[in-house]
Amino acid sequence: MDKRFVSIWFRYFATDWFSLRQPELKKRPLVLRMPSHGRMIVTAINAEAERNGLKRGMVLADARALVPALEVLDDEPDKISRVLTKLGEWCIRFTPFVAIDSTDGLFFDATGCAHLWGSEEKYLSDIIQKIMVRGYSVRAAMADTPGAAWAIARYEKKGGVISPGKHIDALLPLPPQALRLEQETVERLHKLGLHQIKQFIRLPRTAMRKRFGPPFLQQLDKAIGQEMEMLEPIQPVEPYQERLPCLEPIVTSVGIEMALKQLLEKLCLRLQQEQKGLRTAVLKGYRVDGKLECISIATSRPSHHVPHLFKLFEIKISSIEPALGIELFVLEATKVEDHLSQQEKMWEAAGGLEDLRLSELVDRLANKIGADRIHRYLPAEHHWPERSYQSTDSLQKKPDADWRTDVIRPVQLLASPLRIEVTAPIPDYPPLLFRHNGKVHSIVKADGPERIEQEWWLQQGQHRDYYRVEDEEGHRYWLFRLGHYHEETYTWFLHGYFA
Amino acid sequence: MIPLKKIDIFNRLQSEILKLQGFKSASQMALGAGLGVIEKAFPNATFPLGAIHEFISQESEDVAATRGFLAGLLSSLMRNDGTAIWISSQRTIFPPALKNFGLSPDRFLFLDLSKERDVLWAMEEALKCAALTTVIGEMREISFTASRRLQLAVEQSKVTGFILRNNAARLGTTACVSRWKVSSLPSEAVDGLPGIGFPQWRVELQRVRNGQPGVWNLQWRKNCLVHISGYDQASSIAYPAKQAG
Repeated sequence: MDKRFVSIWFRYFATDWFSLRQPELKKRPLVLRMPSHGRMIVTAINAEAERNGLKRGMVLADARALVPALEVLDDEPDKISRVLTKLGEWCIRFTPFVAIDSTDGLFFDATGCAHLWGSEEKYLSDIIQKIMVRGYSVRAAMADTPGAAWAIARYEKKGGVISPGKHIDALLPLPPQALRLEQETVERLHKLGLHQIKQFIRLPRTAMRKRFGPPFLQQLDKAIGQEMEMLEPIQPVEPYQERLPCLEPIVTSVGIEMALKQLLEKLCLRLQQEQKGLRTAVLKGYRVDGKLECISIATSRPSHHVPHLFKLFEIKISSIEPALGIELFVLEATKVEDHLSQQEKMWEAAGGLEDLRLSELVDRLANKIGADRIHRYLPAEHHWPERSYQSTDSLQKKPDADWRTDVIRPVQLLASPLRIEVTAPIPDYPPLLFRHNGKVHSIVKADGPERIEQEWWLQQGQHRDYYRVEDEEGHRYWLFRLGHYHEETYTWFLHGYFA
Repeated sequence: MIPLKKIDIFNRLQSEILKLQGFKSASQMALGAGLGVIEKAFPNATFPLGAIHEFISQESEDVAATRGFLAGLLSSLMRNDGTAIWISSQRTIFPPALKNFGLSPDRFLFLDLSKERDVLWAMEEALKCAALTTVIGEMREISFTASRRLQLAVEQSKVTGFILRNNAARLGTTACVSRWKVSSLPSEAVDGLPGIGFPQWRVELQRVRNGQPGVWNLQWRKNCLVHISGYDQASSIAYPAKQAG
């Protein structure tokens, strides 16, 4: 398909934005200023100021001399560029590919978009009208190359749609600055009497390269389509994306569910055909008031199973605030992995950790309570009890080592050892009795000590001598003494309960 | 003749009700719970799978004993590659210790939630997943309605659920099929050797639907639950303490 591009030019973007916040400025000449080399320079003007003969780049004092009743505000280039980016994001409703064009324009890659509006003329006029409603004066053009669209939008009084293949003809009567050339090159062209593109477009290329340099030829080639122009989209277009524009804004959760189901079916069909499954997905709702509502899900295993994915989204639908309504839904699979269908059959009722139903359950739980709250543990080769197991986020990962069976460990381990008071014969006999929670436990049976040394490469500190003890009631505890007897600092701790 | 027929009908209805409640006849059971004599307390002499069991414990020591008995029970339930989810809001179970009871700790998923309400939700959700063998939920309180919801969830999926209630203020009525209380007993020395022997518990089956409650003493020995005769139903709480070796 031949490419089609739209260039949008906001003629007075910065001043329009200021007048939106202070409507009384609209009727008066307004300029924005910025210090440069010790002078105040006019950086932006509005329509009224332009009518009075003011230009961008003038010294502010000159402008004031021309128009005494001039309104002057400080320019805020950072803020303005943020506003432009935001407006660009809003424009994703017209095409998935929107790029920022310097400080006062946008490029759309409108290939294959216009037919949704009926025709290219209707598409373009809808864009212009929707943006005008937002309070910006705008000129737009549509052509085969971004360069040509840019030139038509800015230098053809009406802008408009240039039908496919006609863009070179449309460029011919325009001045050389329509090619986005450097100021110096433009001045030289005018000096040579080349006031229109048609005067030099047919000149020999070698002569033009010699006179105006390679960048000039490059810009010319971009405009006529000899050279591809690389545009950088505001939001990278996900390869797995489905869009659903709505005729009427959607406000109910039932409507959102229907939209979601349609999008999921389309996306999953495509994933299935390509033997892929999604790991993360985002549902975006573009609201009428320009805000964006997002919900996202993640799965533990690539999936293109519509009911499962729908269930994951369903929990979160309530967090969407449609306000006045959502007019466009976009479903993106942000992370996609290979997923063979025969595998799925195998997992379906495999039982155990490989079972598909289990991973779907884990997805549902993780979406509601957070994936960081679900733990699966594998053995870790450490003697220190707190480090003898490690967490894994995979359901299928097999343990590298065996769980230890040569040592007996308590079923309940306290998060941090509790200090206890102990009566114990020296040097390393088990205690005779200990006091815990105000109750004295006299020890009837004991096993130990089991000395566990600190792993000095991980943590400094004293070793622990563990004892398994049983009191006269039959309760079994895991106690340890920190350090040696002969040291002054040894202390006893309760660390766990045996069954 | 008429009364005999009535008895037949009663028996048939009774067995149908049992089936609906999650009790299966012995022949339907692929694997027993390895409970030996205790299984006689249940209808059809089979430990009911696909049902909710409730364990009560008050002190930390009892909590540990309950975990031990439960782990022993699970080791026979999960024999065939089973998977389990352990849901709690304040988890103290030490995963590597499960290996001492013949369980593979990596076949457990642990859910650590902040609120008890979430525990109930997660438990119900997990119980609906037929791919699991058991679901264990730790919670203080559970209302009759909540327990009924859990019971309804397992009736579809045939998952066995265990509710561990620590420090419950009010026991109340629940829809659980049984209520257990486990406490520690002094261990028995191995062949008169010194030190701590095989762990022993006093297992009270306080309530069981359509069954016979009772008290048993069990020992965990060589990866199975062994019934210790000598202290049976009749035995009181005051038992002779063994001497240290």
